[in-house]
Amino acid sequence: MDSCLRRNDKKMNRINQKLQEDKKLLSIYFTAGYPNINDTATIIQDLEKNGVDMIEIGLPFSDPLADGPTIQASSTQALKNGMTTEVLFEQLKDIRKSVSIPLIIMGYFNPMFQYGVDAFCKKCQEIGIDGLIIPDLPVDVYHEKYQTIFEKHGLINVFLITPQTSDERIHYIDSISNGFIYMVSSASTTGAKVGFGEEQTQYFERIGNMNLKNPQIVGFGISNNQTFTQATQYAKGAIIGSAFVKHVTNEGISNINHFISSILNHE
Amino acid sequence: MTEIMNYNVNEKGYYGEFGGAYIPEMLYPNVEELRQNYLKVMAEPEFQKEFDQLLKDYVGRPSPLYFAKRLSEKYNAKIYLKREDLNHTGAHKINNTIGQILMAKRLGKHRIIAETGAGQHGVATATVCALMGLECIVYMGEIDIKRQAPNVARMKMLGATVVPALSGSRTLKDATNEAIRDWINNPVDTHYIIGSAIGPHPYPDMVTKFQSVISEEIKWQLNEHEGRENPDYVVACIGGGSNAAGTYYHFLHEPDVNIIAVEAAGLGVDSGESAATSVLGKEGIIHGCKTLLMQTNDGQITEPYSISAGLDYPGVGPMHAHLCKTGRAEFMAITDDEAMKAGLKLCELEGIIPAIESSHALAIFEQKSFKPNDVVVVSLSGRGDKDLENYIEYFKI
Repeated sequence: MDSCLRRNDKKMNRINQKLQEDKKLLSIYFTAGYPNINDTATIIQDLEKNGVDMIEIGLPFSDPLADGPTIQASSTQALKNGMTTEVLFEQLKDIRKSVSIPLIIMGYFNPMFQYGVDAFCKKCQEIGIDGLIIPDLPVDVYHEKYQTIFEKHGLINVFLITPQTSDERIHYIDSISNGFIYMVSSASTTGAKVGFGEEQTQYFERIGNMNLKNPQIVGFGISNNQTFTQATQYAKGAIIGSAFVKHVTNEGISNINHFISSILNHE
Repeated sequence: MTEIMNYNVNEKGYYGEFGGAYIPEMLYPNVEELRQNYLKVMAEPEFQKEFDQLLKDYVGRPSPLYFAKRLSEKYNAKIYLKREDLNHTGAHKINNTIGQILMAKRLGKHRIIAETGAGQHGVATATVCALMGLECIVYMGEIDIKRQAPNVARMKMLGATVVPALSGSRTLKDATNEAIRDWINNPVDTHYIIGSAIGPHPYPDMVTKFQSVISEEIKWQLNEHEGRENPDYVVACIGGGSNAAGTYYHFLHEPDVNIIAVEAAGLGVDSGESAATSVLGKEGIIHGCKTLLMQTNDGQITEPYSISAGLDYPGVGPMHAHLCKTGRAEFMAITDDEAMKAGLKLCELEGIIPAIESSHALAIFEQKSFKPNDVVVVSLSGRGDKDLENYIEYFKI
């Protein structure tokens, strides 16, 4: 258990710092290399400038099993544009000169596995990446094989839970986590459902009452101010992915401020 | 004294270093439910009885083990064909779908999904769904739907909904992705019938066990023919590897039995148009398991090629990856041309039109010599009716 309580002399991970702020957090996912190969740094800088609290940088994969059509299409295009793990790291190498909010890489396990998990984590640490979300790396495999590597490089690994996840397993995931828990709002792929019903609010309340040590951030089904407000009533923050990728598809990257202010209702 | 290697799955779902369940959390409850129940259910006498009865009365098992006399004379070995092509629906696929539909019913599922490439597994799934009165949705790549119109029609006649996979390369790999996504979106009432010995644990083991009836029969049938249960060689073609898994299963721990796995070389292993995963693949994760798969240096899964839709898959089941790595099985690669010629040869010598998949297994006799007394059992995994158009085009018939 003590490996889970990472209290060492190094300064606190940016994710943990952010989670301590007294506000509801907005996290945005985008697919790196989309719509154009060199948009990565611009998108990150714009998101921060417009008040986003945390960013998930999507490392595209040929076979994204947990994603719906929007993120699949953006991943396919990003790969066509020439995005690779190597290219992404190159694009991000100076990102910490201009950006200070937490940055998380979200991607599937195979590209990381091919890069070498240790080398991948080391590179993330050098760049200033704070955490990883890897939907198809199961909790037990992570715990057994990779947790020490992640921790050595100061990376927080974020796990998902769904309405079908048992209480026992949620407690287990909570015990392994040291940042936040990614609370998937409904059993679905990304972008499949919009909005929340009775079932979701009951689920959010159930998790809220479990007194977990890690705060929860809701993802899947959040696309506008209404759903953002709903989700953050029960959780520390919310993640928007498909809706943002759709916005970029339709409007390009010059109007990111419009999208973000519509979510935060600054207008 | 060397320790005998274990080629079966271990309690954690691995074959050596291959296998496991690399799945998103959304799939965990489904896969875990299956993992906790599959062995228990399969061991129930009632389940076994129903499975055996259906294999006998509905599928037409046991399938014959046929001594191919003229083929044997030509290649100077004792060649037996395990006639999975004579099963209902024309291939070995139905052994697995019968088992899994019974499993799904035991688990209280009433909606069935499946992926299919050429349509053989889709037809076998649609068939058992009709038999059991369950809803059936089959995912099939848009390109494959166009290439395999007769099988699409069969599935529709059998009451299945065929959904085109429009993502990626729009073939088997993408149909599998879509089926997995469907399962994520329908976590409670749905069972996913995977058609090959791939996927997250326990699928490779479950599919292998349902298919193991093939080698179980070979043992007693060969005993009737030759007075011995073990052949010198067992040969099967490998895409994902379900017919091979079933053909090898009861011989895995019989050191006297040589195992030959035949992959599709497409236009040639080094041509860039191939599906020879054991040569071209590297360790990685595909469709929920760690195995050998064809991928770029960057870890993106690549598109295989073979004239045979059933072998046109960028990975190989984790059991086979282990057999390859340990050297237990000898892997051979057969090109389109070699397979097509071997298929035609079987027509001429034995009056059997084989599936192009199975023709790959038959083609090894041109490459490898056997001793006259060697008993070689080849899995004739499917019949060639579905491939007529390919044969017509290839031979300009």
